[in-house]
Amino acid sequence: MEESNTKLTKKGGGRLCCICNQRRAALKRPKTLEQICRECFYEVFEEEIHQVIVDNQLFKPGERIAIGASGGKDSTVLACVLAELNRRHNYGLDLFLLSVDEGITGYRDDSLETVKRNEVQYGLPLKIVSYKDLYGWTMDEIVKMIGLKNNCTFCGVFRRQALDRGASLLKVDKVATGHNADDIAETVLLNILRGDIARLSRCTSIVTGEDGPIPRCKPFKYTYEKEIVMYAYFKRLDYFSTECIYSPNAYRGFAREFIKDLERIRPRAILDIIKSGEDFRISTSTKMPEQGTCERCGYISSQKWCKACVLLEGLNRGLPKMGIGRSSRGLNNDPKKDKYMKQGNGTKSIENKQCGSLDF
Amino acid sequence: MQLTLEFGGGLELLCESVKIHKVNVDPPNGPEKFIMKDLLSWVRTNLIKERPEMFMKGDSVRPGVLVLVNDCDWELSGQLDTTLEDKDVVVFISTLHGG
Ligand SMILES: [Zn+2]
Ligand SMILES: [Zn+2]
Ligand SMILES: [Zn+2]
Repeated sequence: MEESNTKLTKKGGGRLCCICNQRRAALKRPKTLEQICRECFYEVFEEEIHQVIVDNQLFKPGERIAIGASGGKDSTVLACVLAELNRRHNYGLDLFLLSVDEGITGYRDDSLETVKRNEVQYGLPLKIVSYKDLYGWTMDEIVKMIGLKNNCTFCGVFRRQALDRGASLLKVDKVATGHNADDIAETVLLNILRGDIARLSRCTSIVTGEDGPIPRCKPFKYTYEKEIVMYAYFKRLDYFSTECIYSPNAYRGFAREFIKDLERIRPRAILDIIKSGEDFRISTSTKMPEQGTCERCGYISSQKWCKACVLLEGLNRGLPKMGIGRSSRGLNNDPKKDKYMKQGNGTKSIENKQCGSLDF
Repeated sequence: MQLTLEFGGGLELLCESVKIHKVNVDPPNGPEKFIMKDLLSWVRTNLIKERPEMFMKGDSVRPGVLVLVNDCDWELSGQLDTTLEDKDVVVFISTLHGG
């Protein structure tokens, strides 16, 4: 450590932190372009998130909160920071880790090992819900049946619902997810590219699903991915970073790359895209679907059967294409309710983040 | 010149899942001037075994790959122009994998 310090000074990279003016700067903040040292970085990183939590009243004292935990960088840093802020600022929260086991050999089983270590490292009780228990199918079995096309539809729909079911088993008041500013900017772009104004206005909300069983919130809405990864690196946090073996969503990949290219030229672009997404809300007159419950399983649904039940029915009847793509043939043909689908251009829902990474 | 190169955030998968590489590099323009730009092309030729486009774009790293030289963000030291010295530690971390 000593050695590398002298070396850096020699190299001319030893500029001082612009906050404390004492220690050597360790990174350039994308949000502000400030050059700051490691210690000041921890401080501003954590306190900015605290400020977002306070300003948006994300939590109330005494609440039970599940952190959607994939073992990846975002949710690992979220667990670490929320545990720390809860102590430091006396939020009075009962925090839990909640993970979904999709049943993907060599991917999820490994990342769950990371989450199990996080349980010990942060002292947060862990609950794992599995596709196999909930639906009778693992992702490996589903892929064997349907092949590699469309498997992300299953993953996205099942995971979203699995998380809700896990959350209700834990009796939590809210689920916090690790979606960061880059993720949200990317989703704004994708929704614009698809002309999906209903989702465009929802995707920038810091709290969603308040009308559903369990609301979700995004404490990292304004947190840059670069800073999350730097934080995890400097603190030597234990996270898992292998791509889901069933993943690729090419369209999302391009949007991701575009955002990263923009960020290199002008890092503020990420916050500006989020801002644009928020402002679009004003002019939208698109009707949101009526919320009812699934006749089969009782989960919230704007149609007769929820998406998971439609997909599951297809799997169990050996017709795995059922429920994929345009409106689900046969099972949900209420013309009034179908209207929303058409307004949304009949496109599949854009899952937040590609399959295998944490998207709820 | 002896360097320690570390790959993380999934980039290790491009170099046979080995995270830390202790390497000896012969600076092509003499020992006085070896910069990150030279190192990147050396890494691409000598360490990256698959999907180089996940690591590089043009003559720099792919946007979304973070670089630290002796635990300092390379955006503070001149990025591609950062001069390297014997025993430096260079870390590459992808931010693009998983959440
Ligand atoms: Zn400082
Ligand atoms: Zn998937
Ligand atoms: Zn259902």
